[in-house]
Amino acid sequence: MPAAVLDTDALTRWLREFADAVAAEKQHLTQLDSAIGDADHGTNVDRGMTAVLAALEETPPTTVGEMFKLVGMTLVSKVGGASGPLLGTFFLRFGTTAGNHASIDAAVFAAALRAGLGGVVARGKAVAGDKTMYDALAPAVDALDDALARGDDLGAALGAAAEAANDGRDATTPMLARKGRASYLGERSIGHQDPGATSSALLIDAAARALG
Amino acid sequence: MLDAACAGEVFTSPVPDQMLAATRAVDGGAGVLHIVKNYTGDVMNFEMAAELASAETGTEVVAVVTDDDVAVQDSLYTAGRRGVGVTVLVEKIAGAAAEDGRSLADVAALAQRVNEQGRSMGMALTSCTVPAAGTPTFDLPENEMEIGIGIHGEPGRRRVPVASAREVAAMLVEPVLADLDFTGSDGVLAFVNGMGATPQIELYLMYHEIDQLLAKAGVTVIRSLVGSYITSLDMAGCSLTLLGLDSELLRLWDAPVSTPGLRWGV
Repeated sequence: MPAAVLDTDALTRWLREFADAVAAEKQHLTQLDSAIGDADHGTNVDRGMTAVLAALEETPPTTVGEMFKLVGMTLVSKVGGASGPLLGTFFLRFGTTAGNHASIDAAVFAAALRAGLGGVVARGKAVAGDKTMYDALAPAVDALDDALARGDDLGAALGAAAEAANDGRDATTPMLARKGRASYLGERSIGHQDPGATSSALLIDAAARALG
Repeated sequence: MLDAACAGEVFTSPVPDQMLAATRAVDGGAGVLHIVKNYTGDVMNFEMAAELASAETGTEVVAVVTDDDVAVQDSLYTAGRRGVGVTVLVEKIAGAAAEDGRSLADVAALAQRVNEQGRSMGMALTSCTVPAAGTPTFDLPENEMEIGIGIHGEPGRRRVPVASAREVAAMLVEPVLADLDFTGSDGVLAFVNGMGATPQIELYLMYHEIDQLLAKAGVTVIRSLVGSYITSLDMAGCSLTLLGLDSELLRLWDAPVSTPGLRWGV
């Protein structure tokens, strides 16, 4: 497998790609949240990612670990709601596993994503099928590991991860929500795509486009 | 009542930084009680704030999570019930106990007891508009209403044709009484709350209907509160909260209070 080198510039491109996607999909995300939540998901993640890009510009990090600590702390401080702690913890754990290095390779990137997913589970206590961001992230992390294990390069592996995230997102539509605000609706949550899974799929898709 | 409140973005939980700042500002040395409504985001952000407060300043923080909304089915596998109207009553009663100089553990136990002895149910005639979204959160035709709504514009559990005040009162009273027996207590506090766009005169109309239904069910109302105290912005509608009182809760409820919302005995 050709060694992919992901430095802070490349990883910033990933976050920028994600921020652009969230900005473009802001209304759609809020619309999905209106159906089963409280109509703020697009606005919140957009506000958080705008702050993240500003923070990275103001204090350009020299290591990957430092970078994602800043990203995570910014999201925790700016977003609120459930997305703030969940996305924030995701990036904080990602940064801890990535470590204080100028760049990371594909294997460390995959390990950092898995650690991030672990953070989401620790904070939100969601399991597969609860109709949450976990349902898009977990299949993506599995697909990335599988693809790297069979020798795919990072581009192909991230492509597989993005596909798995999108499938996972689509699969939330028929689910009965058991976590988050959508769970208050009971049966009425069925038939609506989960906004958190939707923004998480955008995150993985952005990685495939920026880092692949 | 409260020493501090943290306001987040509209309908969004505030962030840990705000909670930490508020916690530090009001800590008089005896520790701080966080009264948290049971929403995934609020619970997680307050957990993070409590961890930070304990790590940074050693402040003892105890959290009581309110979850009184009977519209939401409770289960070990879900986020559980929402915290709604009972939160106002917890704030008043726990606040009075803190004012009396009771310990953090005592005040937290009282707050917990109010939550356990209180139940709520809400309904809406209209949706509300989150300013950043700019359009109503859900579409509700003129001739329909939502039963079981939350305080953040969340849609309810079901939609039914618009009915008379008497029928609406029954839709609120029945699920509350089915969830907890209020006939055994020393009497109840009945709290009829406006969702933001319902005039006081209509809330009193609802109170009258609810009072009659409660009397028929053998529930004795000894205190009442009618007004818009915990709203969903510009939503038209109301909620009912019942709290089973005992002599201690009654005394703390009656204790003097002077806030923009509640004011008596001073």
